[in-house]
Amino acid sequence: MADRSGARFLTELMSLHGGPGFEHRVAEYVKGALAPLCTDVCYDRMGNLVARIAGDAGDADAPADPHADARPAAASAARPKQRPPRLMLAAHVDEIALIVTRIEEGGFLRVAQTGGFDPRTLVGQEVVVHASRPLRGVVGSKPPHLTTPEERKKAPSLEDLFIDLAMPEVRVREQVRVGDRVTIHRDPLELMNGRIAGKALDNRASAAVLLECARTLRSLRHEADVYLVCTVQEEVGMRGAAAVVETVRPDIAIAVDVTFGDFPGQAPDESFKLGKGPAITFGPNIHPQVFGGLRDTAVRHHIPYQIELSQEPTGTDANAFQTAGDGVATGLVGVAIRYVHTSVECVAYADIEDCGRLLAFYATTVDRSVVEGLSCY
Amino acid sequence: MLLKRLTEAMGPPGFEDDIREVIRAEAKPFADRCDTDVLGNLICEKGAGNPGVRVMVDAHMDEVGLMIVHVEDNGLLRFRALGGIDPRVLVSKPVRIGRDGRPGVIGAKPVHLQSQEERGKPLKMEQLYIDIGARDKDDALAVVQPGDVAVFATECETIGDGCVKAKSLDDRIGCAVLLEILKRTYRLPLFAVFTVQEEIGLRGAGPAAHRIRPDVAISVEGTVCFDVVDAPGHGQATVLGRGPAFTVQDGRTLADRRFLEFLIAVAEKYNIPYQLRRVKGGSNNFAAIQRTREGVAGGAISVPVRYIHAPAQIASLDDYEHTIRLLDAVLREIEAGAWTG
Repeated sequence: MADRSGARFLTELMSLHGGPGFEHRVAEYVKGALAPLCTDVCYDRMGNLVARIAGDAGDADAPADPHADARPAAASAARPKQRPPRLMLAAHVDEIALIVTRIEEGGFLRVAQTGGFDPRTLVGQEVVVHASRPLRGVVGSKPPHLTTPEERKKAPSLEDLFIDLAMPEVRVREQVRVGDRVTIHRDPLELMNGRIAGKALDNRASAAVLLECARTLRSLRHEADVYLVCTVQEEVGMRGAAAVVETVRPDIAIAVDVTFGDFPGQAPDESFKLGKGPAITFGPNIHPQVFGGLRDTAVRHHIPYQIELSQEPTGTDANAFQTAGDGVATGLVGVAIRYVHTSVECVAYADIEDCGRLLAFYATTVDRSVVEGLSCY
Repeated sequence: MLLKRLTEAMGPPGFEDDIREVIRAEAKPFADRCDTDVLGNLICEKGAGNPGVRVMVDAHMDEVGLMIVHVEDNGLLRFRALGGIDPRVLVSKPVRIGRDGRPGVIGAKPVHLQSQEERGKPLKMEQLYIDIGARDKDDALAVVQPGDVAVFATECETIGDGCVKAKSLDDRIGCAVLLEILKRTYRLPLFAVFTVQEEIGLRGAGPAAHRIRPDVAISVEGTVCFDVVDAPGHGQATVLGRGPAFTVQDGRTLADRRFLEFLIAVAEKYNIPYQLRRVKGGSNNFAAIQRTREGVAGGAISVPVRYIHAPAQIASLDDYEHTIRLLDAVLREIEAGAWTG
């Protein structure tokens, strides 16, 4: 890492808290980093952040505020001729979280999922309860002195777990309400080889990809308007993604999301190497020309890459993008992280740089003829 | 904060070098001398030549930890426990390895890739690895060797209302109590012992007591506290904030009733809250000390600690202060001749 500011941006982003439906502080932080590199930046009504880098083609009719976009009745056919191609690169910025469902006797909290935690990874974990002020807590665990051999054979379910705020019930009730959100407390760690570990790398790693992409794009010519988007509520079922397609109306939408790093016991086609470049997804969820364009770009620019094969709609925003509006030519790229959905997710920063470069160079290839070809089968 | 310096130091059983240096630096200004014995116990004397009852107070400085036992071809580290750790608390935690505290994380297969059957089972220690970011085996072996030890990477911080959260409060909180006591002066021969290897079977305390030949020995321990939701009253052991706990009977000890009554009398005289430890499991160094030479009088004073042997433990600072006050009062009473054994 010659320039460490990207890694610093990532670790600061990881330290922020933003589960589904409360991504604003995270999005604001990304906005602060992207705004100087972009033509205009705004939010849509769902809370998705939309940052536009105008293409070289000139864009008299591209609105500063997408809400102001006049939508001609028969836009679909005519659109590519009327305005520069639009390439959307989108990373969700929410992280998996929990929600307080009950305050128990003694002031202990029960929680439910807003996102997919493996409850086994929550035992003994430190958390932040976003109450009237942020409160630190610990997910309790029974000491081995008291557990029976039978108990040790059981994986705890979320219903059995509780959060300890180390304060009396009356003080808890003053500050905490049912419905308050809970996220993991974890300072990012720097491991060997420029690897970074911590919470929320899914998907703040991809927000860092967007920043790397924007930086690379500054020195490149591109006809397309490039929209760098941070979506909301992906972890509860890609709820922000469809709305942002209506807002941006992209010709090509590429979701940037993490994939599975290798770990013993995982299938080989679900195990991607850290430090070996971004994974480019291929399969029914992906437009074949978008996939081909990404792969060709990687080859041309000597960017290492891996190919991920998918057989069904992916568990990413690409799923929603593909069928939103009139349908969108969709791609999916991302970096491999180990231990997805734990609080020690692990990434190689070099992959983030490579992924950012891949997307920037791909953006330079998107012109009107590419867009017109997308519907030609 | 003393508790921060103590709890953030490294010291699994048999590998107490780092914590011993931290404690030695804290104790030295207040003790007449600080010696180590052949096992690595740190023995701090104060007024050893004084007439009166020879009192040994002890706290163990070791903590539960991990040992790296093998490096895989892919650079991940296999490990085993040093002391009693429920493997279920290890998943998704950061650790620090070796003397330079190299960071690593204990990851797990993503939930997305696990079958329903796998999800229902706890992860065994054999399924877990420490990831230090190494690219492969050689890359890892350049910085970590089998035999290196690791501990949880938990920051010591205050939490909630008057509580502290840290790793190794069992028994660094006892070490802190002893260090506070060492700052004071008593007209009796006092031996404050920071013992090794408690967590793998009370290994250090016996030889230390054998050497010191105390008339009275008091172990200060961070003990089981499970006063949480759904825990039945009889399974709580101790309650946070209700004061230091006295052992009646645990896994290895029947309390010396004379000394137990003495502790209770002192607590009541000085109006210090106390509780009885209400669980049979677990033990502390007094079990080993009690049976050295011809037998030793004494007992244990324990600070309740929630989630002991887990990465993030919680103790009440009131309990901590009350334990210091109580041990001080006990020493004052012994000094005044109230303990007649």
